[in-house]
Amino acid sequence: MAPRFASLRDAIAELIHDGDAVAMEGFTHLIPFAAGHELIRQGRTDLTLIRMTPDVIYDQLIGAGAARRLVFGWGGNPGVGSLHRLRDAVERGWPRPLELAEYSHAMMSAAYVAGASGLPFGVLRAGIGTSLPQHNPGIRPTTCPFTGEVLTAVEALRPDVAVIHAQRADRKGNVQLWGILGIQKEAVYCAQRSLVTVEEIVEALTPVPGAVVLPASTITAIALEPRGASPSYAHDYYARDNAFYLAWDAVSRSRDRFAEWLRDLRAAS
Amino acid sequence: MNATGEEVMRIVAARTLSGHENCFVGIGAPNAAANLARRVHNPGIVLIYESGTIGAKPDVLPLSIGDAELAETADSVVSIPEIFAYWLQAGRIDVGFLGAAQIDRFGRLNTTVIGPYDHPRVRLPGAGGAPDIAAAAREVVVMLRQRPETFVDALDFVTSVGKPSKVITDLGVLVPDPATFELTLTHVHPGVSVDQVRKATGWPLRVAAEVEETEPGTAEELGALRDLEERSARAHRTPPAAGGKR
Repeated sequence: MAPRFASLRDAIAELIHDGDAVAMEGFTHLIPFAAGHELIRQGRTDLTLIRMTPDVIYDQLIGAGAARRLVFGWGGNPGVGSLHRLRDAVERGWPRPLELAEYSHAMMSAAYVAGASGLPFGVLRAGIGTSLPQHNPGIRPTTCPFTGEVLTAVEALRPDVAVIHAQRADRKGNVQLWGILGIQKEAVYCAQRSLVTVEEIVEALTPVPGAVVLPASTITAIALEPRGASPSYAHDYYARDNAFYLAWDAVSRSRDRFAEWLRDLRAAS
Repeated sequence: MNATGEEVMRIVAARTLSGHENCFVGIGAPNAAANLARRVHNPGIVLIYESGTIGAKPDVLPLSIGDAELAETADSVVSIPEIFAYWLQAGRIDVGFLGAAQIDRFGRLNTTVIGPYDHPRVRLPGAGGAPDIAAAAREVVVMLRQRPETFVDALDFVTSVGKPSKVITDLGVLVPDPATFELTLTHVHPGVSVDQVRKATGWPLRVAAEVEETEPGTAEELGALRDLEERSARAHRTPPAAGGKR
């Protein structure tokens, strides 16, 4: 089935509901910020937010009270410091308590691959002897049936919705992305539904070195959203706004300044 | 030019990359050390970032591990499952550089929480790729500031378990004892006393019979490091030019 082309507002309203498990992926590159902002504007709540690196996009959603639970690997502002809205939620329960399920990056990657493969769990070598399994029931030791080696099993990720941003789609709904590819393909393949925002919609996709094409049949909805990854970046379209990431630190540290940011975001709808 | 302890830490870490084929690079001090090594100590070293960029040759230090310059200058860009499974876990990584908030006497690392897990005093970013690097890189080098709060008797959380070949701090260098694996002070940086390092350690520190002084940073090393860090800080503060479309 071909995806629907919709406005971002309609696509979010249709695909993402209160209480859903949502994976918004993009490893530093192509982070779907516009979709995150639309979730905040529509007041979505009780979400389980899944992401290898929560980044500023989840700091904003957590600060807005949209999340009940966070599934993640590394929750910092890359090269800058803490995500202070995330810390405020975990350390002081503000604006609401946040449940955590945390993994290493390789564990989370294996859990996405397992979900995309239709398997119940993924397997890897790291994690033995760490405290991670004591605090996350999705991580358990297992034994190799062939060699007897003790390995780490991670429960497959199966989000209700995956949200990614890509450079472009064609009119049939095939989606093309390139540059740092992250885990977007696996996120889309393991989710029940998927929403892709794109920089542009073209008649036909031309080849780009290193690009990945997600066939139209894997996508539920596409929304045209130029600059939809800003302040992260879209390779060959615009650069990462590192100055924004640096400046976010002061906004994120203060509940008042964050509330001001939130008011401005909601007013700009 | 007198180098600060933090600068000596980066320079000593960069020197350890001489003769190595590749390095798995994290953000922060390891990023500076690896890029310094590529400029001064080992121009041919292949820098591998967990964003999947293999052979990246950035002109300034990337602020994030996924900045576009890494992809633009890489020999190959691969997906996350590929970098962690085919590269790191499969044993293709020579050296992994790690930082940490806490370390114990056996080189285990905490980057998760300070205080109890359910009610942390400080919630740190978490594991990221550190447990994976610690478990799978052929050699692991740890870099962190040495203080009683960072060199602790008992970790609040064990995020990463491995056997670091070397722990490089702003005060000196520690290596594991071959028999017990307990970290042992082997070098102090210029101007640092053994007693000072003991006081900065939260357990009774083992000290080698002969503690050597770290060879001071050369003018070339220090010049290259400062140039790299200054240019990077300037570049990070500059907002990008208005978006040119493909």
